[in-house]
Amino acid sequence: MTVEQVQDEIIDEFSLFDDWMQRYEYMIELGKSLPLIETKHKTDDNIIKGCQSKVWVHADMVDEKVVFTADSDAVITKGIIAILIRAFSNQPPKDILDANTDFIDKIGLKEHLSPTRANGLVSMIKQLKLYALAYQTQLN
Amino acid sequence: MGLNPTTIRADFPILSRKVNGQDLVYLDNAATSQTPTQVIDVIADYYQSYNANIHRGVHTLSQEATDKFEQARQSIQTHFNIRKSHEVIFTSGTTHSINLVAFGFGTLLGPGDEVIVSALEHHANIVPWQMMCERSGAILRVIPMNDDGTLDIHVYKELLNTKIKLVFVNHVSNALGTINPIKEIIDNAHKVGAAVLVDGAQACGHIKPDLQKLDVDFYTVSAHKLCGPTGIGMLYGKEKWLNKLPPYQGGGEMIHEVTFEKTTYADLPHKFEAGTPNICGGIAFGAALDYMNTIGFEAIGSYEYELLQYATEQLTQIEGLRIYGDNKHKTAVISFNIDSIHPYDVGTLLDKMGIAVRTGHHCAQPIMDYYKIPGTIRASFAFYNTKDEVDTFVNGVQRAVAMLR
Repeated sequence: MTVEQVQDEIIDEFSLFDDWMQRYEYMIELGKSLPLIETKHKTDDNIIKGCQSKVWVHADMVDEKVVFTADSDAVITKGIIAILIRAFSNQPPKDILDANTDFIDKIGLKEHLSPTRANGLVSMIKQLKLYALAYQTQLN
Repeated sequence: MGLNPTTIRADFPILSRKVNGQDLVYLDNAATSQTPTQVIDVIADYYQSYNANIHRGVHTLSQEATDKFEQARQSIQTHFNIRKSHEVIFTSGTTHSINLVAFGFGTLLGPGDEVIVSALEHHANIVPWQMMCERSGAILRVIPMNDDGTLDIHVYKELLNTKIKLVFVNHVSNALGTINPIKEIIDNAHKVGAAVLVDGAQACGHIKPDLQKLDVDFYTVSAHKLCGPTGIGMLYGKEKWLNKLPPYQGGGEMIHEVTFEKTTYADLPHKFEAGTPNICGGIAFGAALDYMNTIGFEAIGSYEYELLQYATEQLTQIEGLRIYGDNKHKTAVISFNIDSIHPYDVGTLLDKMGIAVRTGHHCAQPIMDYYKIPGTIRASFAFYNTKDEVDTFVNGVQRAVAMLR
């Protein structure tokens, strides 16, 4: 699936819920399926700045596609990074760089996060794109 | 209970609003308290009726504004039992007050001098002093804390000697709610000739301190912690100290005479009140004290203590819940975690249920380091909170925990 297709899938899933408590429950569930970062990559260098809870992200390139792994010490944050990784992982770096992040607004995630968490979300997207940029440079 | 929460709640329009479709349960009073209509009206009246700059004008509006502003200073003086009204300095709040003293006091210090801070402080009562120590070469000593969130007074007494020039502690810890034995701290400091600054930000909305009786040298207050507006507060300083300290900021109002050769400074309190002050805020600060005194601090204290006990009983029934700083001498603050659940997760879900709490390190990282935790969930109660709200809150925590476990 393309980045866009995965994003549409996520939008569809989130539209099934009536209220935000249910959406949070679902996010927490998604967090449990997050491809976990290896302990050796769980270093201070890999912590995303701008989040109140800790978020570690690592990226590898496999067959010219970027594969993300991550973890967080907070369950909801883990759900958020899981959603982002689902949208961006296993994609060519160029597609990740070109992808817009409208789906975040469409599932209403951003407006339902506290300001500090919303800032963290922006930092997370930025970090994923930075990894993609680094690998794209390698491919060039 | 000496006060009627139903009539009191009617004074606070914000308490009847909805948050995320739910009735607001506001339990972040240690961060900022809400504002009653009586104070909001004073703010509106100022801008509608007599907004003008003070102390300098010849016209009627300026005179009216000046009178009200100075009346507020007197209300503050009376409330805190301060000897002279010019010992009340209007500041933007506690942080400003502490910086003002740290700037001035630093000029009186040099290498070889020592000052004492406590482990229970807000960053506002740590960082300005570290900056002062860097400038002056003085050494910073720390009163350690005990596991129950109290200060180790035994170590404090051992730290005291004639090198100590200043001790700064909070009256009440913002992160835990601990009420510190400030009278004992002050008396012991005075024995070695050290001055004491007490940060009263977390106490002033719950306790009415008698500053003459305490014999404290400096005391700081933020009005927004006692139902007043943000951006206004006070520094109390003993006259002899305020005369010794140099001005913190230069500008209008704080001068006696200005020439390019030599400027002389105004007398107290104006020496420390450069520029146009927060006039409306000052007047509203006075109104907030009047409001709270009408209810009465004794009634407020006993009502809040009852709420604290009730909430503590209810919360501790949740499995795996740990309260930090669970000691007998505290204001209505409960700082807690449940197992290893991240406080931020709990706070986020509570917000969705309309319940406002604070999560994080509460600008008191040394306390979090002591307990080796990233932060806590802090529920802080005010006299307008009710037992029903405590129930909603406890149910909310249970619901969040069920989702997060």
